[in-house]
Amino acid sequence: MTSEKLTAAQQLHAQEQRDESQRYAFLLDWSTRLGVLALLLAFASYVFGILPPHVPLDQLPSLWNLPVDSYLQRTATPAGWGWLALAFHGDLSNLVGIGLLAGSSIAPLLGLMLLYAKRKDWVYAVICAVIFAVLLLAASGLLTGGH
Amino acid sequence: MLKFFSRALASLQQLGLLAAVVWMTTLPAHAAGSVVPASSMPWWFWPLALFVTCFLIGIVAVPAGIGGGTLFVPIIGGFFPFHLDFVRGAGLLVALASALAAGPMLLRGGLASVRLALPLALLACMSSIVGALLGLALPASVIQIALGLIVLGIVALMLAAKKSEFPHVAQPDRLSSALGIHGVFVDGASGRAIDWQVHRTPLGLVVFLLIGVMAGMFGIGAGWANVPALNLLMGVPLKVSAGTSGLVLSLVDSSAAWVYLNRGAVLPMITVPSVVGMMLGARIGARLLHVLKGSVIRKMVITLLLFAGLRALLKGLGVWI
Repeated sequence: MTSEKLTAAQQLHAQEQRDESQRYAFLLDWSTRLGVLALLLAFASYVFGILPPHVPLDQLPSLWNLPVDSYLQRTATPAGWGWLALAFHGDLSNLVGIGLLAGSSIAPLLGLMLLYAKRKDWVYAVICAVIFAVLLLAASGLLTGGH
Repeated sequence: MLKFFSRALASLQQLGLLAAVVWMTTLPAHAAGSVVPASSMPWWFWPLALFVTCFLIGIVAVPAGIGGGTLFVPIIGGFFPFHLDFVRGAGLLVALASALAAGPMLLRGGLASVRLALPLALLACMSSIVGALLGLALPASVIQIALGLIVLGIVALMLAAKKSEFPHVAQPDRLSSALGIHGVFVDGASGRAIDWQVHRTPLGLVVFLLIGVMAGMFGIGAGWANVPALNLLMGVPLKVSAGTSGLVLSLVDSSAAWVYLNRGAVLPMITVPSVVGMMLGARIGARLLHVLKGSVIRKMVITLLLFAGLRALLKGLGVWI
């Protein structure tokens, strides 16, 4: 359906959607920038040897062809959040940036949840809260046994 | 002068795709077993090759209207010496980074609807975790065979699926009315305000549940499935479908990526060159978008996908090792 002029109700709905989009876009943009920046800095420190790697670079070709469980066993790399204790190593420090990228949607979801709650749009506030909970559950490592 | 420039760029693009095909066919092949034979090349060769390949994939992915992740997993899984566990982990991050990079622009341009994306993303997020857990539990050869079949299915979908710029939705369904899923977007090409609404929302939710499983299991993103589901099934205008698909992907790939990250299946030396190469290539691809013949690029990408899909299938079956 196309229309040259919108009714008042349509204009209000369009304005509300613009507000939602602007808030989500702003928070997503900055979360992503932060993640990409952290990733690039960590990778540079890894490749240029500023931080020593947990797995030596020249050993990688004989390891990256293994299934993940064998790789972790051979390199004594912990699963789950165990890498955080070893994040001073060049390779594992990259996981900070990767984690920030994977968590980029958290801040926009919280921002939207507050907006919907303010409008008393409880259905969408709950949808945001449940997605937030699902992402937290996935990030926790509880499902992968690597907690 | 402009015409000459356009032709030169188009030739460059076609040459780039040809280079990508030749480049990939010259890379040594590796077995589909659970342990891929180690490469004798120095460690820096493969990340560099990965960066160049992803850069080329990024260039062609945008004009072809397909997510980089869809090309990444079958090509890298088929022709590089990395285990499929790490390729899928990197594939999800590639698809996620692309969706995150495009998301804010699409939202500000009114091409992505938050109200439409959130209910679909809710179910797809949950099912992508199930898909990721399944994918990491199944043997690599089974995943290779399934991946080959899925990629060949995508080829069939790209060849057969029609698109509707502005689908006609006579009556919105009750669920979409209750959730207030409708909107207005201004079409940049015609300058008209398009008032859109959706139908078949319950069926759409079921379809996105399945899409989430596939996205998590194969790490290929799911733009190829999201857009037809939104456009042809639910009646969303094509441009809003493409924009909203990116928003859904940014959430779905996040949840699946965490599963791979927690299982240790994200190797920075594979993931970072892929993400950076793809993002740089996509920027060039987006700039070339206006001067290239989308239909030609699309046909070339379909050929590339057909090749990669057959490779994955035959590799999984142990026929082409």
